Amino acid sequence: MTQAELRLCSLLLQEHFGEIVEKVGNSLLRTGPRPLRLLVGDTGLLPDQVKKALCVLIQHNLVRYEVQPRGSVDYEARSERILRILRYPRYIYTAKTLYGDPGELLVEELLLHGHLPMSCAVARVADRLTETMEDGKTMDYTEVSSTFVRLADTHFIQRCPMVPESPWSAKAPPLPAPALAIAEKDMYVVPRLSLVGKGKRRHSCDEEEEGEHKAKRQKQEGGISETPPDDGIYWQVNLERFHQHFRDQALVSAIASRMDQTSSEVVRTMLRMSEVTTASGASHTQPLSSNEIFRSLPAGYNIGKQVLDQYLALLADDPLEFVGKSGDSGGGTYTVKVMWGPGASWAPPSPFPHPSLIPLLLHRFGSRCARIFRLLLRKKHLEQKQVEDFAMIPAKEAKDMLYRMLSENLVSLQEIPKTPDHAPSRTFYLYTVNVMAAARMLLHRCYKSVANLMERRQHEMRENKRLLEKSQRVEAILASMQATGAEAAQLHEVEEMITGPERQQLETLKRNVNKIDASENQVDETIFVLESFIESTMKRP
Amino acid sequence: LSMAGRGRGRGRGQMTFSVEAVGIGKGDALPPPTLQPSPLFPALERRAAPLPGGEEGEYMLALKQELRRAMRGLPYFVKPGAPRRDIERYSDKYQLSSPVDSAIDWNPDWRRLPRELKIRVRRLRKSRTTPLVLKQHVALDKEETIKKLESLEKKEEEVTSEEEEEKEEEEEGKEEEEEEYDEEEHEEETDYVLSYFDNGESFGPDSDDNGDEAVY
Repeated sequence: MTQAELRLCSLLLQEHFGEIVEKVGNSLLRTGPRPLRLLVGDTGLLPDQVKKALCVLIQHNLVRYEVQPRGSVDYEARSERILRILRYPRYIYTAKTLYGDPGELLVEELLLHGHLPMSCAVARVADRLTETMEDGKTMDYTEVSSTFVRLADTHFIQRCPMVPESPWSAKAPPLPAPALAIAEKDMYVVPRLSLVGKGKRRHSCDEEEEGEHKAKRQKQEGGISETPPDDGIYWQVNLERFHQHFRDQALVSAIASRMDQTSSEVVRTMLRMSEVTTASGASHTQPLSSNEIFRSLPAGYNIGKQVLDQYLALLADDPLEFVGKSGDSGGGTYTVKVMWGPGASWAPPSPFPHPSLIPLLLHRFGSRCARIFRLLLRKKHLEQKQVEDFAMIPAKEAKDMLYRMLSENLVSLQEIPKTPDHAPSRTFYLYTVNVMAAARMLLHRCYKSVANLMERRQHEMRENKRLLEKSQRVEAILASMQATGAEAAQLHEVEEMITGPERQQLETLKRNVNKIDASENQVDETIFVLESFIESTMKRP
Repeated sequence: LSMAGRGRGRGRGQMTFSVEAVGIGKGDALPPPTLQPSPLFPALERRAAPLPGGEEGEYMLALKQELRRAMRGLPYFVKPGAPRRDIERYSDKYQLSSPVDSAIDWNPDWRRLPRELKIRVRRLRKSRTTPLVLKQHVALDKEETIKKLESLEKKEEEVTSEEEEEKEEEEEGKEEEEEEYDEEEHEEETDYVLSYFDNGESFGPDSDDNGDEAVY
């Protein structure tokens, strides 16, 4: 784990779970898996604090545990999972676009709580949706339930590993920790529940019948008084599936920009048909016959069968090989290449919506550097002189740019000796791009960027803390005054408590914080692309 | 020995590769040596591209901020316990204190977690009486009997003075060595200062933290 990743994980934990959890997470990240007592000693926290932190981390799948042969339990932080916290807004937004408000809130609740039973999730979401509805209206559980089922069917949510059903025997000592497991086939099976009920408003006092599951108003979160029928069955968000969706989206929009809308729709249809049949590490979808594709096209697209065949042929012929022809049965079978390898991402002109990522990042160095870089990607190895010639950049400038990129490890030098004694004057020095190294370096930079952004944002908030508190107090006073029906003049007087310049300051603060937050989201998109690329390149045989 | 010359004397400034090839011609002025650390805010050569706006970006921004705000309010956000006050005040008895460190204010499914992580849940207010769970192989501790009697007498209690808290936390630590324990503990408000009462419990290993170390 690099320092940059560690720092980012630290910040994410601290921002979302507080300093105690951060300390515990930090200790695990820096020194690796360890048992509870070492953790207590390391962090200097009270044992109960550490236990509480571990419970929180395990609940959110950020830490896993393993029983050691000697009986102690080792805890291990999952760094890649912690970094995903950055992507939560994107997951929630995607769920919204696919499954509307119930989908959005279900995914949000599952992310906020780590994992939940279905009954609990449905009840919460129904309550939340009811809050937003007009007076007198409530959200029925069935609609939320059916959205839940759809999320499970398309694998966006999955069941958590379960506690094994072992018979309770008084003689056998209970294990120090349960060994949770789940079979692949059970992962998306929704328990047969008949969740009947409607959402409740928080301040409604009507005691209408609530159906089987009384979501009693309790002091604690996540509490259902009686044992629900799906006791022990918990659900979590399947992040990998969302990632697959993001990749598909990128592919479709790349095709749309390279070819046309219709071809992108064809590919989108093919991907949709293969959603759950494509294994997570596969490079291609299962073969689909053109007849099947024709039948599955969305209603709005009434293109003829022959036209479809032409599109498929075009796609298969394209040098970027988005679509491959795998056979002739059923009017021709085709697959979509879903693996992101060097061929797809970096060959110019780049198909992806982030137009050839690396040259974009080279914007920092200048468009000429970007030109040189693209050139090197295409030609693989070039001498200094050749670079100058092909890129049509004067020698001095070209050298300067090459050395800057060299110092940043974006390009590297390859020595090819002409003579056995490797004499420098008789050796070729070729510039080349090592794509993986460059990608890793950029990813590292991205982690650093996000960490810097977060720190800056926190700094801004701290600097203006006094003013923010004042503004919150004034808001509270205004709200209570409005509730008790104060006059406009009185309200105005209270508003005046915040002076003009202070208001300006608050405005500026809000603008800055928004900008920083939006930037963090933006950098996470880049992180996703780079991580996917590195991961898929490493998987290739 | 003379072969191991350090570059002084003849051939000063020679390098293993031909200097011309790199682009530094003879007599070219090399850049002056750097005498200070690079500036904290180096001049920005070119501005960054503007952030993509649009509905999606706006919505995700709002989501992000909302998420942050929401998570601070959830019980998973572990706040450090309130700092111990130097003087014990009468009003402490009546203040609803924030959840004590050792309390956990949400109900995880303990079946899914390692046993060593289980923390006793404290209820600060009137709560449903959960019968004390006793397993066959855990003998009824004398301490527990006393506690049970006292809790049955006084149902509604509030958090009391720090001394009692400390004593109870200590007791908690010891009781966690047992395999099963009751889920609730009612704070006690008695006229007797509990720290004067020594029931012999403090003799022996302190807490389960040092369980692995040898006990002398």
